[in-house]
Amino acid sequence: MSSSTSSQPLVNPAGTTRLLWTVLATVVALTLLAYLVAFDQGAVSRSGMYLHELMHDGRHLLGVPCH
Amino acid sequence: MPLNTTTAPPFLTVLVRGLLAGLIAGLLAGTFAYVAGEPHVEAAIAIEEAASHAEPASGGHQHDEALVTRSGQRGGLFLATGLFGAAMGGLLATAYVLLARRRRTDDDGRSGLLLAGAALLGAVIVPFLKYPANPPAVGDPATIDQRTVTYLLMVVLGLVAVWAGSLGYRSVGAQAPLWQRVAAAVGGFLLVTVVSYVVLPSFQEVPTDFPATLLWNFRLASLGTQVVLWTGIGLLFAALMHHDRRRRAAAALPST
Repeated sequence: MSSSTSSQPLVNPAGTTRLLWTVLATVVALTLLAYLVAFDQGAVSRSGMYLHELMHDGRHLLGVPCH
Repeated sequence: MPLNTTTAPPFLTVLVRGLLAGLIAGLLAGTFAYVAGEPHVEAAIAIEEAASHAEPASGGHQHDEALVTRSGQRGGLFLATGLFGAAMGGLLATAYVLLARRRRTDDDGRSGLLLAGAALLGAVIVPFLKYPANPPAVGDPATIDQRTVTYLLMVVLGLVAVWAGSLGYRSVGAQAPLWQRVAAAVGGFLLVTVVSYVVLPSFQEVPTDFPATLLWNFRLASLGTQVVLWTGIGLLFAALMHHDRRRRAAAALPST
């Protein structure tokens, strides 16, 4: 979003910077959550294969490659 | 957080609605998958176990370890679709906020639905036609890393294809007839999609003796699960944003 600073009158530049960090943190967190469901094999969840196995059917039916 | 000082709702307001829409849509998709897909998963696992009993030396399949029981996995389906739905709803809400300045419409619901439709086409349907979902017992564990990477790449390229389509649509002036704009959109979309399909490798790993009807039914159920998910996210997000706008408009009236 390179045009984010010019294409709209901004009320508060400091607030905009904070918003961008919030957006970035949100994207990272949600991507991690999706990764946890779709691809993790214990490296992120630290639960061994437990969560991976628990969500096995969901992964298959969501169409993610799985073994 | 002020509610009525700006026309656009605060990011967190939109995000919470996206997460909520995604969670509910995920549970709906889980219900669909449970009813329409679980019987096929069971049938495929039965085939897988029959095969591994036939040749015990080649074991090592995840199901044999029984870390989670089958009923646990059936319940975990809802956890998986619920969490995945919440993540997708949150990402949709984030995209909605980031693209707010580029929107040509002031209608919150319309842009929410368009975004969900774009995600369904780009992140689900385009990848699905290249790398369709596979039931248990289909797929060579030796290629899982390669299949995962190419699948993710295909998701990204699918979204790029949709973006190319919207670029094509906008590249033709608004005064041109609609069919010309749509033709440009289809052209941009197909260009990226076809090149991706040709360049990325294919995997033919369905065992020759795997029942064709089971494969077809499973894939249909899998695609249906994603369609329910994204239709739900789009409709629920649009409804929540519409409700929020009305509430904010009411709060902005002089009566306060």
